Amino acid sequence: MEKLISILFIYILVDNFVLQRFFGICPFLGVSRKMETAMGMGMAVVFVITLSTLVTWLIHYYILVPLGLEFLQLVTFILVIAGLVQLVEIFLRKASPTLYQGLGIYLPLITTNCAVLAVALLAVRQEFTLLESVVFGIAASLGFWMALVIMSGIRERLELTKVPGPLQGTAITLITAGILSLAFMGFRGMLTF
Amino acid sequence: MKAVKMMDNLYLNDFTRGIFKENPTFRLVLGMCPTLAITVLVKNGLGMGLAVVAVLACSNVVISSLRRFIPEQVRIPCYIVIIATFVTIIEMVLQAFIPALYDALGVFVPLIVVNCIILGRAEAFAGKQPVLRSLCDGIGSGLGFTLGLLLLSLVREIFGNGTLLAETNYAIQLFGPNFEPMRIFAQPAGAFIVLGLLLALTNIIFKRFQID
Repeated sequence: MEKLISILFIYILVDNFVLQRFFGICPFLGVSRKMETAMGMGMAVVFVITLSTLVTWLIHYYILVPLGLEFLQLVTFILVIAGLVQLVEIFLRKASPTLYQGLGIYLPLITTNCAVLAVALLAVRQEFTLLESVVFGIAASLGFWMALVIMSGIRERLELTKVPGPLQGTAITLITAGILSLAFMGFRGMLTF
Repeated sequence: MKAVKMMDNLYLNDFTRGIFKENPTFRLVLGMCPTLAITVLVKNGLGMGLAVVAVLACSNVVISSLRRFIPEQVRIPCYIVIIATFVTIIEMVLQAFIPALYDALGVFVPLIVVNCIILGRAEAFAGKQPVLRSLCDGIGSGLGFTLGLLLLSLVREIFGNGTLLAETNYAIQLFGPNFEPMRIFAQPAGAFIVLGLLLALTNIIFKRFQID
């Protein structure tokens, strides 16, 4: 139980997936322009990561390892993730067309969100149990969601300010992310396994 | 004679487009995760860049040669499987022959699969164009990516570590013994800020020379 709680807090705050580990930077820069889409993207990612970690863990330990097919790990994992993303897309199109419109091209791009594959691979590499892997997935995606929402809040304000010409767009976003990351460095070393 | 020259230009254009005009790092801002994460040392940046060149060249050639057989609706999963195959090969090669680099790059080696540049080139170019042009495009884009990694890792290594080409046979200590490395450059925060400034710099350069 203690380990589960520390995994939760480590991957939300101390080892934040976006700001400290650099997973999922593309959607972080791409969808953080508006608070609303950031919330939607965050939710979609939490759902996909939690589910994909569960499925890939089961596949790794009950299919790949007994059959000695570990070298197929990467191919199976990415296929499972691509399938799950498709599922979420179909579900969202029916359930919430506005959100589906808002997420636009970024929804299929969750497949290439490296955070999803990274969680699946790291859960196996760090030899987490099933429960730990799922908590790890939840924590990592919540951390991603939090970073995305904070960033979109800042960027909404940034729209109203005067940014020097060459810094406009991605450059100022990256520097803002750098300062955010600096702030999150304050959590470093507070928790370990 | 003229036809030959035009052919040359076509291939050369495919090759150089990825390096300058549509540089993945500075112009398209793609593949940011490895760009920011592993550029602490020049050695890692170069290793990652060349691994991506290899994967991108191979996957572009295969996808381009299969472009008539891959059904439109399931092309993305097909592309991903092809890319994942080559990444697995690269991963095994690195693990066997350059284990130090493999350890340094860590989970970012398998994560080459989800590098947007590779899928992006497959979708935008290799899925529609002939094999040889796709090869040129793949190598060009890969080298453009390598250039981005190289620049970022140069800045970060010089200031954050005070060395050049550390952990190789050509390591140089740049500053005197009293030099205190600016650790922030080696930290995640430094990566974001240096890349942001480099982007601004390229924006200025491109605007000055009207390259767009």
